[in-house]
Amino acid sequence: MKPYSDPYLAGTGLGLVLLASYVFAGRGLGASGAFTSVAAAVADSPVFHKSEWLLLEIAGVVIGGFLSALVAGRLQFAVERGPRMARASRLATAFGGGAVMGLGAVLARGCTSGLALTGGALLSVGSWLFMIAAFAGAYALAPLLRRAWR
Amino acid sequence: MIALGIGIAFGWCLERAGLGNARKLAGQFYLTDLTVFKVMFSAIVTAMLGAFWLTRLGVLDLHNVYIPETYLLPQLAGGLLFGTGFVAAGLCPGTSCVAAASGRGDGAMVVLGMFAGVLVTGLAFAPLRALYESTARGPLTLPQLLRVPYGVIVFAVVAMALAMFAGAERWERRA
Repeated sequence: MKPYSDPYLAGTGLGLVLLASYVFAGRGLGASGAFTSVAAAVADSPVFHKSEWLLLEIAGVVIGGFLSALVAGRLQFAVERGPRMARASRLATAFGGGAVMGLGAVLARGCTSGLALTGGALLSVGSWLFMIAAFAGAYALAPLLRRAWR
Repeated sequence: MIALGIGIAFGWCLERAGLGNARKLAGQFYLTDLTVFKVMFSAIVTAMLGAFWLTRLGVLDLHNVYIPETYLLPQLAGGLLFGTGFVAAGLCPGTSCVAAASGRGDGAMVVLGMFAGVLVTGLAFAPLRALYESTARGPLTLPQLLRVPYGVIVFAVVAMALAMFAGAERWERRA
Protein backbone atom coordinates (compact mmCIF):
# COMPACT_ATOMS: atom_id res chain seq x y z
CA MET A 1 0.00 0.00 0.00
CA LYS A 2 1.68 3.16 -1.23
CA PRO A 3 1.45 6.40 0.75
CA TYR A 4 -0.94 9.08 -0.48
CA SER A 5 0.30 11.91 -2.71
CA ASP A 6 1.34 15.28 -1.41
CA PRO A 7 -1.94 17.18 -0.75
CA TYR A 8 -0.78 20.32 -2.57
CA LEU A 9 0.23 18.29 -5.62
CA ALA A 10 -3.07 16.35 -5.67
CA GLY A 11 -4.98 19.61 -5.08
CA THR A 12 -3.20 21.35 -7.96
CA GLY A 13 -4.01 18.37 -10.19
CA LEU A 14 -7.63 18.58 -9.10
CA GLY A 15 -7.64 22.32 -9.87
CA LEU A 16 -6.31 21.63 -13.39
CA VAL A 17 -9.08 19.06 -13.93
CA LEU A 18 -11.62 21.66 -12.79
CA LEU A 19 -10.10 24.25 -15.13
CA ALA A 20 -10.20 21.79 -18.03
CA SER A 21 -13.88 21.25 -17.26
CA TYR A 22 -14.59 25.02 -17.47
CA VAL A 23 -12.72 25.27 -20.78
CA PHE A 24 -13.91 22.11 -22.54
CA ALA A 25 -17.36 21.58 -21.02
CA GLY A 26 -18.40 25.10 -20.00
CA ARG A 27 -19.14 23.91 -16.49
CA GLY A 28 -17.38 22.65 -13.40
CA LEU A 29 -17.45 19.33 -11.55
CA GLY A 30 -20.39 17.81 -9.70
CA ALA A 31 -21.46 14.93 -7.48
CA SER A 32 -24.78 15.57 -5.74
CA GLY A 33 -26.31 16.44 -9.13
CA ALA A 34 -25.63 12.88 -10.24
CA PHE A 35 -27.72 11.66 -7.28
CA THR A 36 -30.67 13.93 -8.22
CA SER A 37 -30.19 12.71 -11.77
CA VAL A 38 -30.64 9.09 -10.72
CA ALA A 39 -33.59 10.16 -8.55
CA ALA A 40 -35.18 11.74 -11.63
CA ALA A 41 -35.22 8.31 -13.25
CA VAL A 42 -37.27 6.75 -10.44
CA ALA A 43 -39.46 9.59 -9.16
CA ASP A 44 -40.88 13.02 -9.98
CA SER A 45 -39.95 16.19 -8.14
CA PRO A 46 -39.27 19.80 -9.12
CA VAL A 47 -35.72 19.38 -7.77
CA PHE A 48 -34.89 16.23 -9.77
CA HIS A 49 -33.21 16.97 -13.09
CA LYS A 50 -31.78 14.39 -15.40
CA SER A 51 -28.27 15.24 -16.54
CA GLU A 52 -26.43 12.79 -18.78
CA TRP A 53 -23.27 14.85 -18.36
CA LEU A 54 -23.28 14.39 -14.57
CA LEU A 55 -24.13 10.68 -14.80
CA LEU A 56 -21.19 10.10 -17.14
CA GLU A 57 -18.91 12.25 -15.01
CA ILE A 58 -19.78 10.37 -11.80
CA ALA A 59 -19.27 7.04 -13.61
CA GLY A 60 -15.83 8.44 -14.43
CA VAL A 61 -15.22 9.32 -10.77
CA VAL A 62 -15.95 5.70 -9.79
CA ILE A 63 -13.62 4.38 -12.53
CA GLY A 64 -10.86 6.90 -11.73
CA GLY A 65 -11.07 6.25 -8.00
CA PHE A 66 -10.98 2.50 -8.59
CA LEU A 67 -7.99 2.68 -10.96
CA SER A 68 -6.00 4.96 -8.67
CA ALA A 69 -6.64 2.67 -5.69
CA LEU A 70 -5.75 -0.39 -7.79
CA VAL A 71 -2.44 1.07 -9.00
CA ALA A 72 -1.50 2.18 -5.47
CA GLY A 73 -2.51 -1.12 -3.85
CA ARG A 74 -5.21 0.59 -1.80
CA LEU A 75 -8.10 -1.52 -3.06
CA GLN A 76 -9.46 -3.11 0.09
CA PHE A 77 -12.78 -4.39 1.39
CA ALA A 78 -12.96 -2.60 4.72
CA VAL A 79 -15.05 -0.26 6.83
CA GLU A 80 -13.15 2.86 7.82
CA ARG A 81 -14.06 3.86 11.38
CA GLY A 82 -12.73 5.33 14.59
CA PRO A 83 -10.93 2.98 17.03
CA ARG A 84 -13.87 2.92 19.46
CA MET A 85 -16.62 2.59 16.86
CA ALA A 86 -18.41 -0.71 16.18
CA ARG A 87 -18.77 -1.72 12.56
CA ALA A 88 -22.59 -1.64 12.58
CA SER A 89 -22.73 1.80 14.23
CA ARG A 90 -20.24 3.12 11.67
CA LEU A 91 -22.38 1.85 8.80
CA ALA A 92 -25.45 3.45 10.42
CA THR A 93 -23.78 6.87 10.87
CA ALA A 94 -22.49 6.64 7.31
CA PHE A 95 -26.05 6.15 6.05
CA GLY A 96 -27.51 8.83 8.34
CA GLY A 97 -24.78 11.35 7.52
CA GLY A 98 -25.29 10.66 3.83
CA ALA A 99 -29.04 11.27 4.16
CA VAL A 100 -28.55 14.61 5.94
CA MET A 101 -26.03 15.63 3.26
CA GLY A 102 -28.64 14.73 0.65
CA LEU A 103 -31.13 17.10 2.28
CA GLY A 104 -28.52 19.87 2.58
CA ALA A 105 -27.30 19.45 -1.00
CA VAL A 106 -30.85 19.63 -2.41
CA LEU A 107 -31.59 22.80 -0.42
CA ALA A 108 -28.28 24.44 -1.37
CA ARG A 109 -28.40 23.24 -5.01
CA GLY A 110 -25.04 21.52 -4.82
CA CYS A 111 -22.33 19.98 -2.69
CA THR A 112 -18.60 20.18 -2.08
CA SER A 113 -17.92 19.54 -5.78
CA GLY A 114 -20.59 21.41 -7.71
CA LEU A 115 -20.95 24.31 -5.32
CA ALA A 116 -17.82 24.70 -3.14
CA LEU A 117 -15.07 23.75 -5.62
CA THR A 118 -16.67 24.75 -8.91
CA GLY A 119 -18.21 28.02 -7.74
CA GLY A 120 -15.47 28.75 -5.22
CA ALA A 121 -12.89 29.09 -8.00
CA LEU A 122 -15.36 31.21 -10.02
CA LEU A 123 -15.87 33.42 -6.94
CA SER A 124 -19.62 32.76 -6.68
CA VAL A 125 -21.03 34.36 -3.53
CA GLY A 126 -23.36 31.42 -2.82
CA SER A 127 -20.49 28.96 -3.17
CA TRP A 128 -18.38 30.73 -0.55
CA LEU A 129 -21.39 31.07 1.73
CA PHE A 130 -22.10 27.34 1.38
CA MET A 131 -18.45 26.43 2.02
CA ILE A 132 -18.23 28.52 5.19
CA ALA A 133 -21.61 27.25 6.43
CA ALA A 134 -20.63 23.60 5.75
CA PHE A 135 -17.36 23.88 7.68
CA ALA A 136 -19.19 25.71 10.49
CA GLY A 137 -21.82 22.94 10.67
CA ALA A 138 -19.16 20.23 10.67
CA TYR A 139 -17.01 21.85 13.37
CA ALA A 140 -20.12 22.53 15.49
CA LEU A 141 -21.11 18.85 15.51
CA ALA A 142 -17.59 17.35 15.61
CA PRO A 143 -17.14 17.48 19.43
CA LEU A 144 -20.36 15.50 19.91
CA LEU A 145 -19.18 12.84 17.47
CA ARG A 146 -15.73 12.50 19.02
CA ARG A 147 -16.45 8.91 20.08
CA ALA A 148 -17.08 8.00 16.46
CA TRP A 149 -13.69 9.09 15.16
CA ARG A 150 -11.12 9.54 17.92
CA MET B 1 -16.72 11.46 -23.64
CA ILE B 2 -15.42 14.69 -22.14
CA ALA B 3 -17.65 14.10 -19.11
CA LEU B 4 -16.31 10.58 -18.61
CA GLY B 5 -12.68 11.70 -19.01
CA ILE B 6 -13.07 14.59 -16.61
CA GLY B 7 -14.78 12.29 -14.11
CA ILE B 8 -11.96 9.73 -14.30
CA ALA B 9 -9.35 12.44 -13.69
CA PHE B 10 -11.45 13.86 -10.84
CA GLY B 11 -11.83 10.47 -9.14
CA TRP B 12 -8.13 9.73 -9.66
CA CYS B 13 -7.07 13.00 -7.96
CA LEU B 14 -9.42 12.46 -5.00
CA GLU B 15 -8.10 8.93 -4.42
CA ARG B 16 -4.44 10.02 -4.81
CA ALA B 17 -4.96 12.67 -2.15
CA GLY B 18 -6.36 10.10 0.28
CA LEU B 19 -9.86 11.54 0.15
CA GLY B 20 -11.40 8.12 -0.42
CA ASN B 21 -10.65 7.36 3.23
CA ALA B 22 -13.23 8.59 5.75
CA ARG B 23 -10.77 8.53 8.67
CA LYS B 24 -8.48 10.89 6.82
CA LEU B 25 -11.34 13.28 6.02
CA ALA B 26 -12.62 13.19 9.59
CA GLY B 27 -9.14 14.26 10.74
CA GLN B 28 -9.90 17.67 9.27
CA PHE B 29 -12.68 18.20 11.82
CA TYR B 30 -10.49 17.21 14.77
CA LEU B 31 -7.53 19.16 13.36
CA THR B 32 -5.29 16.09 13.30
CA ASP B 33 -4.99 15.93 9.49
CA LEU B 34 -5.61 19.03 7.38
CA THR B 35 -5.50 17.25 4.00
CA VAL B 36 -9.10 18.19 3.10
CA PHE B 37 -8.38 21.87 3.54
CA LYS B 38 -5.04 21.74 1.68
CA VAL B 39 -6.44 19.81 -1.29
CA MET B 40 -9.57 21.92 -1.54
CA PHE B 41 -7.82 25.25 -1.41
CA SER B 42 -4.94 24.34 -3.68
CA ALA B 43 -7.57 23.16 -6.19
CA ILE B 44 -9.61 26.36 -5.82
CA VAL B 45 -6.53 28.58 -6.15
CA THR B 46 -5.28 26.66 -9.22
CA ALA B 47 -8.62 26.73 -11.05
CA MET B 48 -9.27 30.35 -10.02
CA LEU B 49 -5.87 31.55 -11.29
CA GLY B 50 -6.29 29.48 -14.44
CA ALA B 51 -9.74 30.90 -15.16
CA PHE B 52 -8.52 34.44 -14.45
CA TRP B 53 -5.45 34.26 -16.71
CA LEU B 54 -7.16 32.34 -19.51
CA THR B 55 -9.84 35.05 -19.52
CA ARG B 56 -7.16 37.75 -19.61
CA LEU B 57 -5.47 36.00 -22.54
CA GLY B 58 -8.78 35.71 -24.36
CA VAL B 59 -8.73 31.89 -24.36
CA LEU B 60 -11.72 31.51 -22.04
CA ASP B 61 -14.95 33.51 -22.03
CA LEU B 62 -16.57 33.23 -18.59
CA HIS B 63 -19.94 34.03 -20.15
CA ASN B 64 -19.78 30.50 -21.56
CA VAL B 65 -19.10 28.92 -18.18
CA TYR B 66 -21.96 28.11 -15.82
CA ILE B 67 -21.48 30.01 -12.55
CA PRO B 68 -23.39 28.43 -9.63
CA GLU B 69 -26.24 30.77 -8.72
CA THR B 70 -26.56 32.33 -5.31
CA TYR B 71 -29.57 31.71 -3.02
CA LEU B 72 -28.52 33.14 0.34
CA LEU B 73 -30.82 31.45 2.87
CA PRO B 74 -31.03 28.01 1.22
CA GLN B 75 -27.25 27.88 0.85
CA LEU B 76 -26.68 29.01 4.42
CA ALA B 77 -29.19 26.47 5.84
CA GLY B 78 -28.24 23.76 3.33
CA GLY B 79 -24.55 24.33 4.05
CA LEU B 80 -25.00 24.00 7.82
CA LEU B 81 -26.99 20.78 7.39
CA PHE B 82 -24.55 19.47 4.82
CA GLY B 83 -21.65 20.08 7.21
CA THR B 84 -23.27 18.11 10.04
CA GLY B 85 -23.92 15.24 7.63
CA PHE B 86 -20.34 15.49 6.35
CA VAL B 87 -18.73 15.01 9.78
CA ALA B 88 -21.07 12.11 10.61
CA ALA B 89 -20.46 10.42 7.25
CA GLY B 90 -16.76 11.27 7.09
CA LEU B 91 -17.19 11.60 3.34
CA CYS B 92 -18.89 14.01 0.96
CA PRO B 93 -20.93 12.96 -2.09
CA GLY B 94 -17.95 12.85 -4.50
CA THR B 95 -15.51 11.20 -2.11
CA SER B 96 -18.14 8.64 -1.04
CA CYS B 97 -18.16 7.37 -4.64
CA VAL B 98 -14.35 7.04 -4.54
CA ALA B 99 -14.49 5.28 -1.14
CA ALA B 100 -17.12 2.85 -2.44
CA ALA B 101 -15.13 2.26 -5.65
CA SER B 102 -12.04 1.33 -3.62
CA GLY B 103 -14.00 -1.25 -1.61
CA ARG B 104 -14.97 0.70 1.50
CA GLY B 105 -18.31 -0.44 2.94
CA ASP B 106 -18.82 2.85 4.76
CA GLY B 107 -18.45 4.64 1.41
CA ALA B 108 -21.19 2.50 -0.09
CA MET B 109 -23.45 3.29 2.88
CA VAL B 110 -22.86 7.04 2.43
CA VAL B 111 -23.79 6.68 -1.26
CA LEU B 112 -27.02 4.88 -0.29
CA GLY B 113 -27.81 7.38 2.49
CA MET B 114 -27.15 10.31 0.18
CA PHE B 115 -29.51 8.84 -2.40
CA ALA B 116 -32.19 8.21 0.24
CA GLY B 117 -31.82 11.79 1.53
CA VAL B 118 -32.10 13.29 -1.94
CA LEU B 119 -35.09 11.10 -2.78
CA VAL B 120 -37.03 11.85 0.41
CA THR B 121 -36.27 15.59 0.23
CA GLY B 122 -37.40 15.71 -3.39
CA LEU B 123 -40.62 13.83 -2.69
CA ALA B 124 -41.44 15.88 0.43
CA PHE B 125 -40.46 19.13 -1.25
CA ALA B 126 -43.69 21.17 -0.84
CA PRO B 127 -42.96 22.59 2.65
CA LEU B 128 -39.39 23.44 1.62
CA ARG B 129 -40.27 25.26 -1.58
CA ALA B 130 -40.62 28.74 -0.03
CA LEU B 131 -37.17 28.52 1.57
CA TYR B 132 -35.66 26.88 -1.54
CA GLU B 133 -36.75 29.73 -3.79
CA SER B 134 -36.06 32.60 -1.39
CA THR B 135 -33.25 35.18 -1.48
CA ALA B 136 -32.23 34.51 -5.08
CA ARG B 137 -29.30 36.63 -6.25
CA GLY B 138 -28.53 35.02 -9.62
CA PRO B 139 -24.95 34.31 -10.70
CA LEU B 140 -23.56 36.89 -8.28
CA THR B 141 -19.78 36.92 -7.77
CA LEU B 142 -17.60 38.36 -4.99
CA PRO B 143 -16.11 41.09 -7.26
CA GLN B 144 -19.68 42.22 -8.12
CA LEU B 145 -20.86 42.07 -4.51
CA LEU B 146 -17.88 43.99 -3.12
CA ARG B 147 -17.51 46.24 -6.20
CA VAL B 148 -13.83 45.40 -6.39
CA PRO B 149 -11.95 44.41 -9.60
CA TYR B 150 -11.78 40.67 -10.39
CA GLY B 151 -7.96 40.65 -10.09
CA VAL B 152 -8.02 42.16 -6.60
CA ILE B 153 -10.27 39.40 -5.26
CA VAL B 154 -8.13 36.76 -6.98
CA PHE B 155 -5.04 38.24 -5.32
CA ALA B 156 -6.79 38.36 -1.93
CA VAL B 157 -7.90 34.71 -2.14
CA VAL B 158 -4.36 33.61 -3.11
CA ALA B 159 -2.86 35.61 -0.23
CA MET B 160 -5.41 34.18 2.23
CA ALA B 161 -4.81 30.62 0.99
CA LEU B 162 -1.01 30.95 1.26
CA ALA B 163 -1.29 32.34 4.79
CA MET B 164 -3.61 29.48 5.75
CA PHE B 165 -1.30 26.86 4.15
CA ALA B 166 1.58 28.24 6.21
CA GLY B 167 -0.60 28.12 9.32
CA ALA B 168 -1.70 24.54 8.52
CA GLU B 169 1.91 23.36 8.13
CA ARG B 170 2.94 24.95 11.41
CA TRP B 171 -0.08 23.43 13.17
CA GLU B 172 0.59 19.91 11.85
CA ARG B 173 4.25 20.07 12.85
CA ARG B 174 3.25 21.02 16.37
CA ALA B 175 0.47 18.41 16.67
